[in-house]
Amino acid sequence: MTSVPAAPPASEKRSAVRDFLSSRPIMKLRRNKLAMIGLVVALLFLLVGFFAPIIARPAADSNCVRDLGASSPQQLANPLSGVFWQAHFAAPDTCYAIERESFSPVPSPPSEQARFGTSQGYDIFYGLIWGTRTMFKLSFIIVGITLIVGVIVGAISGYYGGWIDNLIQRFIDVLFALPGLVLTIILITFLKASNPGIDPSLPIILAYTVTGWASYARIVRGDVLRTRQLEFVDAARSLGARDPRLIGRHIVPNSLASVITLAVLDLGTIPLSIAALSFLGLGFPAGYAEWGQLVDFARAWLQPQYWYVMVYPAAFIILFSLAFNLFGDALRDAYDPKTR
Amino acid sequence: MLNFIVRRLVQIPLVMLALSVLIVALTMLLTPAQRAAGYIRSDQQAAQLERIIRDRGLDQPFPVQYGKWLQSTLSGDLGFSKSSGQPVLDTIIERLPNTIELTLLTAIPIILIGVWLGTLSALNKDRFIDQVLRVFAVLGYSLPTFVLGIVLLAVLYGYLGWLPGAGQLEVVNQFAIGDLRRYTGMLGVDALLNGRFDIALDVFRHLIMPALTLFIVSSATILKVMRNNMLEALTSDYVRTARAKGLPERTVNLKHARRNALLSIITLGGFLIIGLLSGSIITETIFAYPGIGQWVVQSALQLDVPSVLGFALLSAIIVVVISTLTDILYGVVDPRVRFD
Repeated sequence: MTSVPAAPPASEKRSAVRDFLSSRPIMKLRRNKLAMIGLVVALLFLLVGFFAPIIARPAADSNCVRDLGASSPQQLANPLSGVFWQAHFAAPDTCYAIERESFSPVPSPPSEQARFGTSQGYDIFYGLIWGTRTMFKLSFIIVGITLIVGVIVGAISGYYGGWIDNLIQRFIDVLFALPGLVLTIILITFLKASNPGIDPSLPIILAYTVTGWASYARIVRGDVLRTRQLEFVDAARSLGARDPRLIGRHIVPNSLASVITLAVLDLGTIPLSIAALSFLGLGFPAGYAEWGQLVDFARAWLQPQYWYVMVYPAAFIILFSLAFNLFGDALRDAYDPKTR
Repeated sequence: MLNFIVRRLVQIPLVMLALSVLIVALTMLLTPAQRAAGYIRSDQQAAQLERIIRDRGLDQPFPVQYGKWLQSTLSGDLGFSKSSGQPVLDTIIERLPNTIELTLLTAIPIILIGVWLGTLSALNKDRFIDQVLRVFAVLGYSLPTFVLGIVLLAVLYGYLGWLPGAGQLEVVNQFAIGDLRRYTGMLGVDALLNGRFDIALDVFRHLIMPALTLFIVSSATILKVMRNNMLEALTSDYVRTARAKGLPERTVNLKHARRNALLSIITLGGFLIIGLLSGSIITETIFAYPGIGQWVVQSALQLDVPSVLGFALLSAIIVVVISTLTDILYGVVDPRVRFD
């Protein structure tokens, strides 16, 4: 990884993509059948999340359809109407409210109306599909922020060294002194206690950002320490490049492989972690489309005749986790210098 | 060697101090009245909110507040836990042994069986048994703890009725524990020491499902790491030398390869116990087991700040002490580490 040249100029982009796809780690990944199956399933989940408005179409009389200003739910599936684009790219909050078929807590079996049955009156199918969307939405935001913050802090820490590095690294040590879940619970409790009535996504995003950036910073720092003494960096410096350019153009691009590997892995683990949090009741309020509370609902209905209350959410989440792990493990191995 | 140990030990109070500054700084997000609420035990006291704020200096600048907080914390006053109805410290003393009992019952089999299966898998690389174990490993760490817990609960309690679904004891035995002399605070162990095998058995039956949940999730990780280490050790020079000397295969595998592969299991064992701490938050909640994990979830749900703070400090101590111990232990078995 150390001898990879800096990012090629834009004119070579086409061949760069081909180079990337035929590079040794990626070829190794492509030969791994299980990993490819995992990748396909993970991408399917991504599509399910994106096309949630079509797959789990809201009812005609729902607030979601009303807030979108659609005349009928069918409009959501028509790319020629503006409603389609709004539903897919900027769905109003009311669409994330799980459709409620009844107010009886007793589950009802799968039917025309609720394909996976209902739990606490909520439509399980709608909750899972829109929940996928919630999970990916939050994960992308969280990974995006942690990636940027982590890369910047890590690059500064590794490049400048000295007391800046020491300060940042000791701070990370302190953050790592608490298990992620514990730190998340603390932050969420404080954010909720100090801001009553806060949008439920905000404490989650903030808590995961605070706990997440440090791993990226550690990786980037390590890579920077390795690359900053290489000849091409010295060459660029002797040509008069200043620090920000050296870091941005020559040093950071060389650690992107490991950072992006971590980001892909995070896209798989953050949804599960948020689901666990919601399962504990610390995530979203009841009725918000996400996975954890659907599993929590199952706790009260363990008898065999209510199998669907547990089986659908559990199978859905396990499939997601399995797909991401199969792909993620292979990806990690592919870029791990030890296994080359 | 002594030097190395002392250097590591000195870090414990330093990290704890830094972390406590961070945690107390978080409480500054709250209003003085909210912070004072953490010390209120009764309705009468609620009327004296102003006095509590004044006495404890809760409207003072941060450094003053931190000093006062440190003073009262070191004297054992961690505030009052609304969720358990008693002081935070008493709650911890009452509940921590239960979590330790669960952790011990889980960690020992995880390490023993994980190491054994990992070695087996590596020695039979690509044979049938290896394939089976690898599938188990992927499944194991792909199963989110909360989903696995609910599935086990549904199968072993809901469908089959083999095991109790919640708590620590049957109602019949709850009256009997008053007669027990408490040596360790761990109910099962104390029951054994008192010769009450019926109670010990009851406690054990309640522990099986939470322990099994943690076991399945965590042993997979140990298995995987042990397999990788073992494979790496088997291709190393010293193993080749041992073979060249004509040593029997068994000696080469167990004395040369496995001993070295076990090295990193020490570090992993530390991570494992820290991981079980997070895992116990989820499993204790699923099975309503009265440990500290279940308590922190209840506290977070009620926005009970002093309890969450107390838990944060406790887990920080556990993490810092355990990682220091593993470092020292690692230094003892692997002299190379000491000279870093």
